[in-house]
Amino acid sequence: MALLEVDDLTTYFHTRDGVVRAVDGVSFTVDRGETLGIVGESGSGKSVTCYSLLRLIPEPPGRIERGTAMFDGRDLLWLSRSELRKVRGKRISMIFQDPMTSLNPYLRISTQLIEALQTHEDISHRDALKRATAALEEVGIPEASKRVTRYPHEFSGGMRQRVMIAMALITEPDLLIADEPTTALDVTVQAQILEIIKQRQNDLGTAVILVTHDLGVVAGTCDKVLVMYGGREMESGTAEEVFYAPRHPYTRALQKTIPSLQAKGQELYTIPGLPPDVSKPIDRCAFYPRCPYPKTGKPAGERPQLEEITPGHCWAACGYCDSDAPIETVLARADEVVDDALPVEGETPA
Amino acid sequence: MTRFIAKRVLQGILVLLAIYAVTFFLVAATPGSPFSTERAIDPVILKQIEAFYGYDKPTSERFVTSLVNVLNGEFGPSAVYANRTVTQIIAESFPVSLKLGSLSLLLALGIGIPAGIVAAVKRNTWLDYVPMSVSMAGICLPTFVMGPLLALVFGLILNWLPVGGWFGPEFVILPTATLGFYYAAYFARLTRGGMLEMLNQDWVRTARAKGVKESTIVWKHCLKGGLIPAITFLGPALAGIISGSFVVETIFQVPGLGQWFVRAALNRDDFLVLGLTVLFATLIVIMNLLVDIVQVALNPRLKYD
Amino acid sequence: MTDHSETAVLADEPIPPPTSASEIAEEELVEGSSLWKDAWSRLRKNRLAVGSLFTFIAIVVFCIAGPWLSPWDANTQDLFLGAEGPSSAHWFGTDTLGRDLMVRVMYGGRISLMVGLVATIVALSIGVIYGATAGYLGDKTDASMMRFVDMLYALPFTIFVILLMVAFGRSLWLMFVAIGAVEWLSMARIVRSGVIGLKKQEFVEAAVSLGYSHRRIILRHLIPNVLGPVIVIATLTVPAVMLLEAFLSFLGLGVQPPNASWGVLINEGQQNMEIYPWLLIFPALFFAATLFCLNFIGDGLRDALDPKSAKD
Repeated sequence: MALLEVDDLTTYFHTRDGVVRAVDGVSFTVDRGETLGIVGESGSGKSVTCYSLLRLIPEPPGRIERGTAMFDGRDLLWLSRSELRKVRGKRISMIFQDPMTSLNPYLRISTQLIEALQTHEDISHRDALKRATAALEEVGIPEASKRVTRYPHEFSGGMRQRVMIAMALITEPDLLIADEPTTALDVTVQAQILEIIKQRQNDLGTAVILVTHDLGVVAGTCDKVLVMYGGREMESGTAEEVFYAPRHPYTRALQKTIPSLQAKGQELYTIPGLPPDVSKPIDRCAFYPRCPYPKTGKPAGERPQLEEITPGHCWAACGYCDSDAPIETVLARADEVVDDALPVEGETPA
Repeated sequence: MTRFIAKRVLQGILVLLAIYAVTFFLVAATPGSPFSTERAIDPVILKQIEAFYGYDKPTSERFVTSLVNVLNGEFGPSAVYANRTVTQIIAESFPVSLKLGSLSLLLALGIGIPAGIVAAVKRNTWLDYVPMSVSMAGICLPTFVMGPLLALVFGLILNWLPVGGWFGPEFVILPTATLGFYYAAYFARLTRGGMLEMLNQDWVRTARAKGVKESTIVWKHCLKGGLIPAITFLGPALAGIISGSFVVETIFQVPGLGQWFVRAALNRDDFLVLGLTVLFATLIVIMNLLVDIVQVALNPRLKYD
Repeated sequence: MTDHSETAVLADEPIPPPTSASEIAEEELVEGSSLWKDAWSRLRKNRLAVGSLFTFIAIVVFCIAGPWLSPWDANTQDLFLGAEGPSSAHWFGTDTLGRDLMVRVMYGGRISLMVGLVATIVALSIGVIYGATAGYLGDKTDASMMRFVDMLYALPFTIFVILLMVAFGRSLWLMFVAIGAVEWLSMARIVRSGVIGLKKQEFVEAAVSLGYSHRRIILRHLIPNVLGPVIVIATLTVPAVMLLEAFLSFLGLGVQPPNASWGVLINEGQQNMEIYPWLLIFPALFFAATLFCLNFIGDGLRDALDPKSAKD
């Protein structure tokens, strides 16, 4: 049985200006020790998916509408508050996007490091402090015994993210959720942070959900991939399959945006248009308005069904574009598509 | 830290000097003389009195002499209340004002800060709406409205409490409540704002993700930063309580310093005005110094600047 | 947002995904309509602020138009009558000299409101000019100018105002200046931080490169753009100013007889409250109601003009 089995997770935000369908029926599984990558543009619902698992979305306006998230035989989405607290930080830990704001500037690093230990384990302050120092050493912070009592503002961004990793893993959780852990960091540091996560994962056997907008990162670090767009699953499968044999037009477009895969001297490819407005219900492929593939018909009023290509490799089969067309002709068309597919920003053409 | 304190102390001394100078020249610019009372005094004697207090010399010279005297702890005689020195008057009345002021400040903090914390934690519930509406009402009922109204209701209509004088614990209640509630309202609003800002920070989410209890998040993670706006307001609050005491002591006939100040200003009792101003200003400067130090102690980011 | 040459460049990364609903709502609004239109529609939804606005307008109209409609005069004494409780002839009763209290409350309101308005304008002028100059010049000038403001914040101002009123006579004009000179500090701070934020933007750089004078840039480009926060703080300064005026008048240092402001009336009422409580209650009621309304209007404006602060 998988460590985590998420089925039909749906999280809406009920705002003054309407219902924002941030996550709209997403399913995936994570096995012990495995790494799942969740990929998508900003606004695709990948972060909200993660926050929903630990119920960290602000409620109200947010609300988990339906779905299940079976973790070790229990449904995370409907645990009582106190049961949930026993899972948070002990069985499932989290790393956030911006290390500059995710650490409390008023408290020493040591206080924040040992907090999870003190919350979940019966441990003396001295032993906890020892573990904290060791945890800092394991993520490669020099002079850990000295720096452990410092405040966050005395660390650089990369160092703070290392502290965050140490803090998340200090209780040796079964699952680590990393929400774009490298987005706010310098490029030179990004690779180091990913390397540390990977190394600690190997040491501890932790399963990881890695949220990223970078398909390149996924190819190098993940076992499985979930591609999200407009709060929905577009494609999922093993990293190799999704990366080397992408099926969905959106995944293909994403792949085209990886700079190192593009010919030198060429202008970088970007997907034209903007992410969909999820405050209005979308009853077709969410990517349809931006899809650069030749259209083969008008979309009917229903969402595309997931279709299995090979075992474990699924895509949301839209069926209204010629997704077998060669990518070169598609890219040549890309500019026109923007013109006729996006007359008004956020508005989808009828 | 020592350097920081030394710098602030020096700054405080400069501020005090500036306040003294401004007060002195304002008082000197007031028309009339401290010695021209209703009774006609022989011009020769008046001249002699003026000469005795140095009033025959130019203002600038008088300023220097008076400053030297004050630095030596000599505040001079009261010009209007004959044969009493300013020091005597202060020694007599200050304990009363100190009691009234410190009790009011304690009341303000004791009600305002807990109310603000509760309102922030339970925001958008009745535990937020009720205290915040009450505090808005408090801010709109300044001491000189609140005082008479409290006196009317609890003193005259219900007859529970005395409305004038200063003879025992029951006499303290109404003046303290009048002064304290007004600033309690301010502290409540400031604390609520500060706590809300803290509770909206990303690191609160980090703490939640670690499984930390909500109560621990409030006390351990948010209180330090959330109290900073309220602590910053301590200086202005003390200044406000001092000027509020001018009104409250008049309404409730409390024999404190506040009463003396307005009377002294109107009567051109120069030495008394100067002495009281120096006292009030020193208290406020000390409070601001304490606030600065507490702020640095609370906020680790300020420590190394 | 650093170098992305090594990472996949997506359409509009790396804007973080909207984590709270209000952010999402905000993004949409920015696209749709102008700031002022939005502010107006938000303000209209705020029932407390709208109610306060109407109540405030009613009070203003009452004070300005009231005396013409009333058969009584504010200063005509009726010593035979003396102080009488509210009756059908005198709705608010009369004071110890037999003057109609309602008309006196109206006249008192005129003066209190006028002080509120004029002293706020004084404070506004000083604060905006000082704050804009400090923020615009920046660097050391800014640092020392703002340190000065910090120091002023900590001073016992009411003491100075009291001495000032004693020294230079208790005229209304002096009071405008004295109060205005005290209440400009927050204004200066807000304008400064607004200007510092704007200074870095392109349209100001464009104006600088066109060789416009400092004066022109400050007046034409910077001040109009910090108008929102200035309106808010000005609305909140009016009650603060009225409070200070009433405080002075209560101590006998403000408005002088036969003129009366609400502060004077409250003081008169307080002296006789054992026997004639209505003399205290009516002016206090009007004064508190006015402060209440102005504070709620100010809060409402802030929420409307700065949606981020309205989050909670």
